[in-house]
Amino acid sequence: MRSYVVRRVLQVIPVTFGVTLLVFAMMLLIPGDPARAILGSYATPENVATLERQLALDRPPHIQYVTWLGNVVTGDFGRSYSLNRPVLDEILERFSATLLLAGTALLITVLLGLIAGIVAAVKQHRWQDRAFTVGALVGLSIPSFWLAMIFIVVFALGLGWFPTSGMRPAFGPSGPLTVLHHLVLPATALALVAAGVIARLTRSSMLEVLRQDYVRTATAKGITRRSVIMRHAFRNAVVNVVPVIGVQVGFLLGGAVYVETVFGWPGIGRMLVTAIGTRDILLVQGGVLLVAVTYVLINLAADLVQAALDPRIRLG
Amino acid sequence: MSAATASPDQTPDDGVVAPRRGATTWRRLKRNRLSVAGLIVLAVVVLLALLAPLLPLIDPAATNPANRLQPIGSEGHLLGTDHLGRDLLSRLIWGGRTSLSVGVFATLIAASIGSLIGLVAGFFGGATDNSLMRGVDVLMAFPYLLLAIALVAVLGPGLVNAMIAISIVNIPFFARAVRGTTVSLVSSEYVDAARALAFSRLRILFREVLPNVMPTIIITMSTTVGWMITETAGLSFLGLGAQPPTSDWGAMLGAGREFITRAPHVMIVPGSAIFLVVISLNFVGDGLRDALDPRLK
Repeated sequence: MRSYVVRRVLQVIPVTFGVTLLVFAMMLLIPGDPARAILGSYATPENVATLERQLALDRPPHIQYVTWLGNVVTGDFGRSYSLNRPVLDEILERFSATLLLAGTALLITVLLGLIAGIVAAVKQHRWQDRAFTVGALVGLSIPSFWLAMIFIVVFALGLGWFPTSGMRPAFGPSGPLTVLHHLVLPATALALVAAGVIARLTRSSMLEVLRQDYVRTATAKGITRRSVIMRHAFRNAVVNVVPVIGVQVGFLLGGAVYVETVFGWPGIGRMLVTAIGTRDILLVQGGVLLVAVTYVLINLAADLVQAALDPRIRLG
Repeated sequence: MSAATASPDQTPDDGVVAPRRGATTWRRLKRNRLSVAGLIVLAVVVLLALLAPLLPLIDPAATNPANRLQPIGSEGHLLGTDHLGRDLLSRLIWGGRTSLSVGVFATLIAASIGSLIGLVAGFFGGATDNSLMRGVDVLMAFPYLLLAIALVAVLGPGLVNAMIAISIVNIPFFARAVRGTTVSLVSSEYVDAARALAFSRLRILFREVLPNVMPTIIITMSTTVGWMITETAGLSFLGLGAQPPTSDWGAMLGAGREFITRAPHVMIVPGSAIFLVVISLNFVGDGLRDALDPRLK
């Protein structure tokens, strides 16, 4: 196990390096003068010159990169000109809102996807299988930005069950019920696509395991059907699902951009879209870097969980 | 979903080609009722989009403020009108031309570049393989849509830039899948035979390996094209894709969002179109995957 963990953790280093390189390159590729882009069109020539010196923009690109990386590692992401506040403060605040949304969506995704996948596999070729298989396909074919609006029309405007937009902070003055009330629609809209993917994978993975000899042996020994499915089949099937759950986190973090826009959720996705509109390049850079590095770590965690569950991986 | 359905472990690993595979594939595909339904829907949608200039449609850009936000089924406007009084049916068909062609182009670009990377990496192996696939890993390290948004931030909003961004984001799926298949083909007997005949490496790569990698490429295309149509529409929805006066389904949705309380049909119409096309593509994609590689069923 230890050697696998070390190997997998070491893999993170070149990938993270590549990610920082790509995010840094965004600045070089923006047409025009980067310092002017960072400071906005009303910047004075003196300020532009000062910033150019600070960011080593008059030096070759590799020196610029090292300077930039040094700043980022020490938590200095620069200052957003459109918001006039440090980028780090803004992205951390926004990211906590996104994590609340995406985390809840992940919970729904995993529960819904696993249950639908197990039921479909156990009831293969029966109506439950057909219903869940088609349901999963519908889920993963619906654009989440459209589903979010349909939810608003049906459940907020039509039935009046939920608010149309807005968010309450998880640890704010409003009680957990109010927080949840605002979370249900956006989190579900975000979760359904990923749940479709998980359901399909769980189904095929379960079907494969249910065909194995040891499952037949367990059944032959007279163990209850429920125990065979959950203790013998599911535990082996879920091993293949775990890394894909990690990948789905990427879809949830990305898809959050749409859902945040529709529901007025003050997350990092909506911040990015606004920042692109105002050409606030430091805000875009900081936001993208934070989310990407988080995603790299989540995938690492998913792979480690998979290895912990499956000795074939950690010993192989 | 492309991440899940196009994972490398699902790619066919043998290059054994059955005779007249096209005919067999078609026969298998025809047995799948959902795939056939999907094919019919797609054929109708593509035909409508292609024939748009010939159809007796109202000018999609013609505004008529006095007649704005008319409901579905109103006189002269089968699907109603939008906030400027423009005919929604006409805009839907013309917007479909944009959405579909952008999605298909994005798929072709991603498939060409991604497959080439996968072929070269898998065929030459060693340092070439390593450096190419590490680059692919870095692209995969970004959450899917986030990378597209970052690219649009660099390139600037616009339909072509959105299409480029979506293609780049999808390159890894092709590269990984094609590399996996290529690696398994390189050690096959007919590639050995071609080597023994002293064929050039380029000839082996493109004449021997590529044709046998095609099923992988086709499966990956069929599983990603719907996603690419959705995501380009999504970028337009956010205002990062199609800019006025050009309008695709995503931009129509974005505009409809403003009138969600008074006239929800303005956003229901283009959204249904995206959903219908994408689910049809997924039905066909599933059928195609089962037909080309029955072991994956």
